Amino acid sequence: MTPSDREATGLLTRPDDLVRLLDATGRRHANPEFDPWVADVDVDALVELHREMVVVRRLDAEATALQRQGELALWPPLAGQEAAQIGSARALHEDDFVFSSYREHAIAWLRGVRPDELLSVWRGAAASGWNPYEKRMAIPNIIIGAQSLHAVGWAMGAKWEASSAASIAYFGDGATSEGDVNEALVFASSFDAPVVFFCQNNGWAISEPVGLQSKQPLARRADGFGMPGIRVDGNDVLAVLAVTRWALDRARRGEGPAFIEAVTYRMGPHTTADDPKRYRTDDDLAEWRERDPVTRLHAFLAASGADMEAVDADAKAAADRAAAELRAGITAIPDPEPMSVFDHVYAEPNSHLERQRDRYARYLAMFDEEGAR
Amino acid sequence: MTTITFGKAINEGLRRALADDDKVVLMGEDIGTLGGVFRITDGLKAEFGEHRVVDTPLSEAGIVGTAVGLAYRGFRPVVEIQFDGFVYPAFDQIVAQVAKLHYRSRGTVRMPMVIRIPFGGGIGAAEHHSESPEAYFTHTAGLRVIACSNPADAYVMIRQAIASDDPVVFLEPKRRYHVKGEVDLEANLADARPMGVATTVAAGDDVTLVTYGALVQTAKDAATAAAEDDVSIEVIDLRSLAPVDYATIEASVRRTGRLVVAHEAGEQGGVGAEIAASITERCFDFLEAAPVRVTGHDIPYPPAKLEQYHLPDLDRILDGVDRALGRPNSLSEVDA
Repeated sequence: MTPSDREATGLLTRPDDLVRLLDATGRRHANPEFDPWVADVDVDALVELHREMVVVRRLDAEATALQRQGELALWPPLAGQEAAQIGSARALHEDDFVFSSYREHAIAWLRGVRPDELLSVWRGAAASGWNPYEKRMAIPNIIIGAQSLHAVGWAMGAKWEASSAASIAYFGDGATSEGDVNEALVFASSFDAPVVFFCQNNGWAISEPVGLQSKQPLARRADGFGMPGIRVDGNDVLAVLAVTRWALDRARRGEGPAFIEAVTYRMGPHTTADDPKRYRTDDDLAEWRERDPVTRLHAFLAASGADMEAVDADAKAAADRAAAELRAGITAIPDPEPMSVFDHVYAEPNSHLERQRDRYARYLAMFDEEGAR
Repeated sequence: MTTITFGKAINEGLRRALADDDKVVLMGEDIGTLGGVFRITDGLKAEFGEHRVVDTPLSEAGIVGTAVGLAYRGFRPVVEIQFDGFVYPAFDQIVAQVAKLHYRSRGTVRMPMVIRIPFGGGIGAAEHHSESPEAYFTHTAGLRVIACSNPADAYVMIRQAIASDDPVVFLEPKRRYHVKGEVDLEANLADARPMGVATTVAAGDDVTLVTYGALVQTAKDAATAAAEDDVSIEVIDLRSLAPVDYATIEASVRRTGRLVVAHEAGEQGGVGAEIAASITERCFDFLEAAPVRVTGHDIPYPPAKLEQYHLPDLDRILDGVDRALGRPNSLSEVDA
C-alpha cells in the first residue's frame, strides 16, 4: 500500500484520534469509517459480547480469590481490559493464530481454553495449559514482547504458503520499549506479513507509567515502521471489534501489518504479588471506573431496548457456570509426577538427559525402598 | 567422491536439504543475493527463490524470533548468524524460546531449527569476529550443539541437523572453510554416523586428545609430530558438544589412562571443564594423571596480532600432552 493509497482510504496513521463508537455513558457515536465493520452486530451479538465480558470478569475474580486461598501460586488479573480482549478476539477467524502475553485470559477463553487449562500454569502444576494447534493460540509468553516476533514469523510463513489466515500479536505498553517488538515491526513491514500488532496500553508496566515508555501516543510509532497505526478506546468493545476486524481484513487481503493501540486501564495489580498503592492513587482508579467497559455496554444495551432482566440473568448464569467449572477444575488438576520433570526437554532421545533421568530415578527409588522396610 | 572445500560441502548440504523438503527455509543477513559473507549459501536463492533463501533485516533477535514463528507453522528454519560475536542479540530468543518451547509446550510445539554460526579465530579478523560462544549453548537445556571439522562431515551433519526435530546450534570452524576434502555427495543419511557420535580420527595408546572444530586438524598434526617422538596420541573429534558422546571418550581413556581436552574457547566453565569432570567421575580408577585442558585464555578475544598467543596451537597441545604424560613440560616446576 502506497502512502497515497492510504490517504485515499482515509486510513492514514492518526494516533491523535481515538476511535470510539460507545462513549463512557454507553451512548453510540456514528463513525462512517468504522461503522461498516460492525454493521452486522445486532442486539443479540451485543448481548453475547456483554455475557462474555461478564464471564471473564468473573473468572478473573475467582482466580484472584483462589490465589488468596493458596490454590494458585500467582495470578495476573485482567480486570478492566475485558473489552480490549473480548472485542479483538471476537474479530479473529477460526484459522487465525494468536501469540499472546500472559494477561490475555479472555482471548484464551474465546479460543476455547477451559478454565483448568488456563489455571494449571498459575498453579505451578504444568509448563503450559493447552495444545496451541488445537486452540490456534500459542502458549503465552512471560518474556516481554518476545511473542511479537513469533507472530510475524508465523505470518511470513502464512504469506509464503498463500494462506488466507493472519496472526495477531498481543503485548502491552511496556513491551513497546523492547527490542523484540521493534524488530517485529521491522520484519512485518519489510515482508508485508499478515499480522496485527495489538497493544493493550493499560497505563502501567507494573509500577512504571506509560509516559516512561513513550513521550507520544504509542500508535504514532507505526508510521516510522511504514504501517498504519490506530488508537482505539480499549474499553469500548464495539470499537475494538471494528478496528481489529479492519486490521485483520487488510492483512488477509495482502495489505500488510497494522498497529492497534487499545487505550485501557489495568484496574487491578500487575499480579497478585503486586501492590499498586505504592505507585498510583485511588483517584486514578476512580476515574477509570467511570469508563468501565462492562457497564458501558450494559448501558448501551439498555438504551437499545434489550430485555435487561434477561440479559443480566443470562450473564450471571453463564458466569456462575464458568466459575463452578473453574473451582471444580482447579482442585482436579493433579500434582505432576516427580519424574515428569524430565519430560519433553528434547523431541528426540538425548543420551545426557537419559542418564541424568535414570540416576535421579534410582535416587527416588531409594526412598521407596526405605518406605517399604 | 568429489573433492570440494568445507564451505562448498555445507553449501551442497543446504542445497540437498532445500531440495528434499520444501519446509526448509534459510534466513540470514546477506545470505541471498550475496550468497553470504563466506559464500556458504552461494547460488541457493537463485535456485530456490526468495521465499526459501531469505535476506533478512539486520536483526539477530528478529531472525531467530521470526524463525520461531515459522517453526510454529511447521517450517524447518536454518538461520545464519553472520559471525559468532553477533549471536548475542539473539540470545534471549535462543535460550528462552527456541531451547524451551518443546518443554514449555509439553511436547506439542517442535523447534526443528538450525542456528548456523561460523565460529572461532585464526583468520586475523576484526573484533567480535573470532569468538567461541559454545559454552553458553551447551549449558542451555533443550539445545543440541554440533561442531563439524571436515568437509565430509559438514555435508552430512548439516543435513542431519536440519532433519533433527530438536534445535541445533551448528558451529562451523570458519578458518577451515577453504580446506578441501573428499565428499560423497550421494551419501545417504540413513547410513551416516549419527551426529551425536564422536569419531576417533587418529588411533593411539598413550593419551586421549579430545577436541572439535578447527582444532581437530591441529590435534591430528600434533599426533603425527608426537609419533616421531614415540608418543602415541589418540585423537577424538567430539562432533557433538551437547550431548557429549562419553562412550567413545570413556573407551579410549580406559585404555590410555590420560586425557587432554583442547578448545579455542576459554577454560572457565567450558566444554573442556565438563569433559574433564565427567571423565574423572566416570573412569577415575583408570586415570594415570589428572585431565589436562589446553584452551584459549579467559580473556576477551584479542586483536589479530595477538591471536597466535591466545589460540592453542600444535606446540601448546603437545605441551599439554607432555603434562598428561608426566614428561617435562612448561609447568613441570609448578606441578613439582
